[in-house]
Amino acid sequence: MQFMLLFSRQGKLRLQKWYVPLSDKEKKKITRELVQTVLARKPKMCSFLEWRDLKIVYKRYASLYFCCAIEDQDNELITLEIIHRYVELLDKYFGSVCELDIIFNFEKAYFILDEFLLGGEVQETSKKNVLKAIEQADLLQEAEHNWSVLNLE
Amino acid sequence: MPAVSKGDGMRGLAVFISDIRNCKSKEAEIKRINKELANIRSKFKGDKALDGYSKKKYVCKLLFIFLLGHDIDFGHMEAVNLLSSNRYTEKQIGYLFISVLVNSNSELIRLINNAIKNDLASRNPTFMGLALHCIANVGSREMAEAFAGEIPKILVAGDTMDSVKQSAALCLLRLYRTSPDLVPMGDWTSRVVHLLNDQHLGVVTAATSLITTLAQKNPEEFKTSVSLAVSRLSRIVTSASTDLQDYTYYFVPAPWLSVKLLRLLQCYPPPDPAVRGRLTECLETILNKAQEPPKSKKVQHSNAKNAVLFEAISLIIHHDSEPNLLVRACNQLGQFLQHRETNLRYLALESMCTLASSEFSHEAVKTHIETVINALKTERDVSVRQRAVDLLYAMCDRSNAQQIVAEMLSYLETADYSIREEIVLKVAILAEKYAVDYTWYVDTILNLIRIAGDYVSEEVWYRVIQIVINRDDVQGYAAKTVFEALQAPACHENLVKVGGYILGEFGNLIAGDPRSSPLIQFNLLHSKFHLCSVPTRALLLSTYIKFVNLFPEVKTTIQDVLRSDSQLKNADVELQQRAVEYLRLSTVASTDILATVLEEMPPFPERESSILAKLKKKKGPSTVTDLEEAKRERSADVNGGPEPAPASAVSTPSPSADLLGLGAAPPAPAGPPPSSGGLLVDVFSDSPSAVAPLAPGSEDNFARFVCKNNGVLFENQLLQIGLKSEFRQNLGRMFIFYGNKTSTQFLNFTPTLICSDDLQTNLSLQTKPVDPTVDGGAQVQQVVNIECVSDFTEAPVLNIQFRYGGTFQNVSVKLPITLNKFFQPTEMASQDFFQRWKQLSSPQQEVQNIFKAKHPMDTEITKAKIIGFGSALLEDVDPNPANFVGAGIIHTKTTQIGCLLRLEPNLQAQMYRLTLRTSKETVSQRLCELLSEQF
Repeated sequence: MQFMLLFSRQGKLRLQKWYVPLSDKEKKKITRELVQTVLARKPKMCSFLEWRDLKIVYKRYASLYFCCAIEDQDNELITLEIIHRYVELLDKYFGSVCELDIIFNFEKAYFILDEFLLGGEVQETSKKNVLKAIEQADLLQEAEHNWSVLNLE
Repeated sequence: MPAVSKGDGMRGLAVFISDIRNCKSKEAEIKRINKELANIRSKFKGDKALDGYSKKKYVCKLLFIFLLGHDIDFGHMEAVNLLSSNRYTEKQIGYLFISVLVNSNSELIRLINNAIKNDLASRNPTFMGLALHCIANVGSREMAEAFAGEIPKILVAGDTMDSVKQSAALCLLRLYRTSPDLVPMGDWTSRVVHLLNDQHLGVVTAATSLITTLAQKNPEEFKTSVSLAVSRLSRIVTSASTDLQDYTYYFVPAPWLSVKLLRLLQCYPPPDPAVRGRLTECLETILNKAQEPPKSKKVQHSNAKNAVLFEAISLIIHHDSEPNLLVRACNQLGQFLQHRETNLRYLALESMCTLASSEFSHEAVKTHIETVINALKTERDVSVRQRAVDLLYAMCDRSNAQQIVAEMLSYLETADYSIREEIVLKVAILAEKYAVDYTWYVDTILNLIRIAGDYVSEEVWYRVIQIVINRDDVQGYAAKTVFEALQAPACHENLVKVGGYILGEFGNLIAGDPRSSPLIQFNLLHSKFHLCSVPTRALLLSTYIKFVNLFPEVKTTIQDVLRSDSQLKNADVELQQRAVEYLRLSTVASTDILATVLEEMPPFPERESSILAKLKKKKGPSTVTDLEEAKRERSADVNGGPEPAPASAVSTPSPSADLLGLGAAPPAPAGPPPSSGGLLVDVFSDSPSAVAPLAPGSEDNFARFVCKNNGVLFENQLLQIGLKSEFRQNLGRMFIFYGNKTSTQFLNFTPTLICSDDLQTNLSLQTKPVDPTVDGGAQVQQVVNIECVSDFTEAPVLNIQFRYGGTFQNVSVKLPITLNKFFQPTEMASQDFFQRWKQLSSPQQEVQNIFKAKHPMDTEITKAKIIGFGSALLEDVDPNPANFVGAGIIHTKTTQIGCLLRLEPNLQAQMYRLTLRTSKETVSQRLCELLSEQF
């Protein structure tokens, strides 16, 4: 996978993850172009399209579009399920996730993604294992948080 | 999940995000952001040392601002400081900031690398994980330099935790993608292959991705992965849906891993019989499962199951060796063509396209023609219709061409603007390729112009003219048909061009009919004249002068037109010049001269528009007399295309009229060489005297001849060696000129061609001995006849021995007979190129080289070199206009090898990436070596 973008129906970018080196300018250009292209498509249309020399796989969940760019030999359907599994992970973590969760906890969305996908490839497909890693981090955070409050007194 | 945290660790951040969301306008948002930036800046600069928590909070705010699309030019140092914090969450935010915002600030990179190094050595799996994620996210060259040696060790160490192994595998994969040269192969590779047997499916999944990428470039090193992958796959597909616990996804066992394993197997040819049997069983099981009733109604179940199925079908197509599986795959896809899920219809059309080119399944694909045509008519999504067009094109052959072309033409009437031009090209190619009856071809192209004139590119209408000129059985019909088509009150300008050209050549064939008498023909064309653009008018003027020759009875009418002010004083210099010259020509030239000058166009050299057809077609062995034609053909390509420019319509002496076929340099005479070599000398001038086995600079000179055929190969104070060569298909002829630069005779002058045994079997050279005495100031010539029997890598060596004034001289140089000389360029459309490109995707077929530019990166020079290399330069094929793509066929006596190439310049880095794909590994390898040296 070359990159993944999350954006809202209004075209606001909520999360971006790039697995190939590109300049900021190029990233902005790609984002603008793709958001426009995907938002222009009608609901019943197919989830794949050719774009430049890449294949775009996208799916809408409520107000959010999840959009992945994969290479020629990559598998479209399994990419669609990568998106779904990521949504499941977010959902399980936040407890029926909504766009606001991702806005206010964007760093968590990134951490979860990093546990699931790394370097553009699936790292761990087990929902349990991914969430276990994130939970552990949260417990650490909890412990630290309490500790630092105590320390301030 | 406990309701801890979720960001409430940082209240300030949440408040800031709310503020931003409450902004009523873009201006308000920018104002709020600037205020925050000022605040953070002052905190960072302030005297009071910030605690880790505040630093984390501010860095996080900066990150948020950056992700909103604003530039961030500070805070990097604070983020780097966070990396060395002992607190997990601080470290984590530091790494996130670096991953998202890293730039190539070298000083910072050193600090970052240092922090990563500490975390990797910490033996704390959570910290190691963060560090590995960061390397994988940034993946820069500096990081590869620092860690590419270390990560393989972590990956294969016995005591590494599973989760760290997973990260390490993908981290290494990312580094290998950015800097393959920095990842050393070694003992670890065999241990990585054995991770395919690991108990932890997450580890297997990550390792499979890594192995696939590495195997593409080092197939030998990883070939043991094939049998391991097959047995792993077999265990997965035969497992019950609950066996794999959390790795079962909606009742499908380990779909991601299955897809990856199937993908890995596509790096290799079909395995040995023992393993192959097991693999065939797996593939059959997957195909069988597709027929079983679904275990769940959820779309996730069907997607995961079909993802595996499509990957299995890709593997079946890749192996292209089991007719039974291919036909089953085709039937399965046939079912999907009518599936209610748009996604499946799309993928089935796409996948069937590749099946259509396998000889085992081509016929089976054809049986679905009605469904595909129906898809073209009824699909509501343009991207699906596009796939249907592609598939119709791929399944077209002589038996169904008329039907497919007719359907595409009727679709064209309502087709989306975005894909019209492509359809026009496809129709034009199919109509030509499968025309038995050329009247059908002419009708088809005229229909194309009528329906979608704006999308008919020059190539298309040039081509119809070439074909009409080359086939005298269709000329009368073409003249009659264009004449009738031009009667329409509003016709497309492209029709006027085709009509003007064809009537100018063959109007006489219909002039006997009083309804299309010369005067009527002329009046019809001239009625369109004033509505046309300048190039078309220029073409029509040429038609008129041709009419003067064909029909003396309209000569005065035409002269009156040419004489009118609107022509003779036209503001456009080309039109004015034509009018003046044609008028003069018609006045002064005798009938005989006119007839000679304005003679019918000679036939165009035959060429194919599709590499697929060309590959299948075996041409008879050519003779050496064809050399001149080959050269002309090649030079014509250099000039931008084989087609006649409108300006070249007639053979008049107009200076701007580049005469067809003669526009290229006249064929080089095989006769006397330039006596002093003066013309050739200035090519280069370094050459100290040499008597060594291979003269110094020989390699350099050799490289200079890869993209050209003539020049000085060697020169010292005594001797100059010049070359002229010509190649056609698998044959060539080289003229070697030995010039004696002194005033003294050379005695016992003996040039010898030396080929290794290996080379001798692949390249046959024949020559005659030369006169052993070369007079002072004289030049002797030697002819070498060359035949390429099979592809070869080495070059022959030319050794020259002679006596000069009592001393023995001995010179050896490499003779630039290289594999690319046997290239024939092949023009093809974008679609053909990519289809072919996809077919040549196995790792043995592709060779890639990334290298630094040795010369200034000039587009025109690069183009000339690629053409000189012998392939066609294909315009408008690569979506990135800065890239170059080429296609051609290497002709050897035994076989023909289709070759595709792509050169991607990177101006910033002053680097190139060159990719060669051919059906033969050694050919890809050799062509890549040769061409890499040219830039």
